[in-house]
Amino acid sequence: MSVDYLILTVLVLTAAGFYLGRSRSIAVTGGRTRDLHSVPGYYGVYVAIWAGIPALLLVLVWLSAETSVIKNMVLSALPASYEALTPSELELVWVDIRNLATGNIVSAQPSPTVVAASEHYLSLRALSDWALFLLGLVLAIGGLLYARARVTPTFRARNRVEKVLNVFLIICSTIAIFTTIGIVLSLLFESFRFFTRVPVTDFLFGLHWSPQTAIREDQVGSTGAFGAIPLFAGTLLISFIALAVAVPIGLMSAIYLSDYAPKRVRGTIKPILEILAGIPTVVYGFFAILTVAPVLRDLGASLGLDVSANSALAAGVVMGIMIVPFVSSLSDDVINAVPQSLRDGSYGLGATKSETIRTVILPAALPGIVGAVLLAASRAIGETMIVVMAAGLAANITANPFEAVTTVTVQIATLLVGDQEFDSAKTLSAFALGLVLFVVTLFLNVIALRIVRKYREKYD
Amino acid sequence: MTANVAEDMMTETDATDTPTSPAEQETLAKKMVARDVDVFYGAKQALKKITIDIFENEVLSLIGPSGCGKSTFLRCLNRMNDTIDICRVNGDITLDEQNIYDPALDVVQLRARVGMVFQKPNPFPKSIHDNIAYGPKIHGMTRHKDELDQIVQTSLEKAGLWNEVKDRLAEPGTGLSGGQQQRLCIARAIAVSPEVILMDEPCSALDPIATAIIEELIDELRQNYTIVIVTHNMQQAARVSQKTAFFHLGDMAEHGPTDEIFTNPRDNRTQGYITGRYG
Ligand SMILES: Nc1ncnc2c1ncn2[C@@H]1O[C@H](COP(=O)(O)OP(=O)(O)OP(=O)(O)O)[C@@H](O)[C@H]1O
Ligand SMILES: [Mg+2]
Repeated sequence: MSVDYLILTVLVLTAAGFYLGRSRSIAVTGGRTRDLHSVPGYYGVYVAIWAGIPALLLVLVWLSAETSVIKNMVLSALPASYEALTPSELELVWVDIRNLATGNIVSAQPSPTVVAASEHYLSLRALSDWALFLLGLVLAIGGLLYARARVTPTFRARNRVEKVLNVFLIICSTIAIFTTIGIVLSLLFESFRFFTRVPVTDFLFGLHWSPQTAIREDQVGSTGAFGAIPLFAGTLLISFIALAVAVPIGLMSAIYLSDYAPKRVRGTIKPILEILAGIPTVVYGFFAILTVAPVLRDLGASLGLDVSANSALAAGVVMGIMIVPFVSSLSDDVINAVPQSLRDGSYGLGATKSETIRTVILPAALPGIVGAVLLAASRAIGETMIVVMAAGLAANITANPFEAVTTVTVQIATLLVGDQEFDSAKTLSAFALGLVLFVVTLFLNVIALRIVRKYREKYD
Repeated sequence: MTANVAEDMMTETDATDTPTSPAEQETLAKKMVARDVDVFYGAKQALKKITIDIFENEVLSLIGPSGCGKSTFLRCLNRMNDTIDICRVNGDITLDEQNIYDPALDVVQLRARVGMVFQKPNPFPKSIHDNIAYGPKIHGMTRHKDELDQIVQTSLEKAGLWNEVKDRLAEPGTGLSGGQQQRLCIARAIAVSPEVILMDEPCSALDPIATAIIEELIDELRQNYTIVIVTHNMQQAARVSQKTAFFHLGDMAEHGPTDEIFTNPRDNRTQGYITGRYG
């Protein structure tokens, strides 16, 4: 509670610091702000920073350390009989203490020691809150006064403020980097654990996927085969179908939009195409399983083909529609980036529009278009929801688009859904699959981005 | 530009022989004729009632301050303005007495007969050979590869580029120097055997040596082609052209034999421009 008040107070002090700093800087020069090193606003920001940041940092550090410090103090104050407990039993006692203190339901009738401990806990918390409040207030006011005292005409406030801003920006950008590194490390670590149980070669080249492992000796059908080839095959098949749909449609619409469409039509179609990219994939999943799959099955039946309810085709087609905007909007960009002078040159020789597009514009834009297709491919490979809903779970190795297949992403999802123990080969295999997926899409993205960038440089 | 330079120019043109004497002019045929041409970009009028004859085997240069409509007029002559949605052209333009805006006339045919070279060299990102072969291919002018190769060679020869590139025809055209690229573009235009070649400031991106080469080339090309050239360089207009037209704010203020325009301009806007009072 008092933390809220503290933060509120610090914010008010920060705002006050800004005005105090600014007016101070005007006052020290007697109103001739041109004699100041920086504009008055920078002095304001400088004082505000000193008032706000140290106090807020204190709150952050304090709150993250508070619980464990208090826990140690409470537990070490318990009677000697508790010293014999194992760590996990001690943990249960600690939960009881806290539940009692916060008014939650307690596991059993609390013993007097636990009641005493919970009172101890509450008093420590109150003390800690007050101490934090006071310290924070001192820091904020102290910072404010210190910074305000430093305001002189020659003081380089702008440079200081910019340095702080700089650090702030660096921190923000490293958060993303560290998150990525963390994700990669956890993937690597868990995959490594998986590969100590199942050899890498069995995983990468095995033809049979059946991740059920036997819990009892006599269980049948739980052989625990981790050959990922069927999953790779399914992923490839569906991505291939998706690209076969998305590339022609996307490319044609990009050509229409960039070279044929009148301004008004372009202005309507482009946003609509981009809306397509904003539809949640789950909705595409509905569409695939409720609309496209039945239509395909009926169509197949009327042609005498046996189309299963969950087919690679339904998932692939819908996924293809989903990535149309990727292909079309990126291709549209690269086609537009082909300079008008090349078009003029071709028209000036008597070429028609379609000749110009076929023989000059597409070849010139080709690298960029390839980049766009690769990005779309990496999107298709990583797509989960549509395939979970529409492609099925059967790990078949087939090139027949009417059969059900399963993909890497679908397996990851099903392996981890529900209650799972996190150290069985079954769940760990999800991380290995994730690692493969990550490596493949990273590879595709890097290549695609390089191609696109190289192409851009050529005409700028 | 100072008045001094303009005077130099006048003496220069005085000194050389008048390229077309009045007697000679009788014999020259009218290649293209523009009558009362108005051009609008949306509601804005860019050209007003332009009337001019373009004679065969002559170089006509279009001069005038920036934005006066020179490029616009040039682009009317092969209907490049069709590619601009908001552009509208009224009036008559004929090529060999045939109206080029006649719906019966195919714009593809027109542009094969009236070629164009642009201000910035714009070779296609293809090989030198394919750059030249592009036009003949789309017009189906050849049946054999040998024929095509022959066209490529003669076009490059006419553009004075053959000796420089004959060993590297498979290399990309974009790898040539600026002046070479511009000659490549001229060769590309020649390859479809046009009758008229339009050039929009063809030397403005080039250094003086490359410019001199191209000016020489224009003078040679005059034997076989009719040429219209837009230029901001008045010495260049004086050197390469027989006729000059001076544009001003969408009007054609004056046109006539080049030496008359430069030595004895009738319109005082022309006089002001070439003596450097403005523009
Ligand atoms: N695509 C266009 N859309 C709208 N207005 C245009 C367009 N092209 C040219 N104009 C206008 O038409 C007028 C004539 O332009 P034009 O390009 O013919 O001038 P110019 O004489 O070639 O000039 P410069 O010497 O700078 O090349 C200008 O006022 C220009 O703003
Ligand atoms: Mg121009």
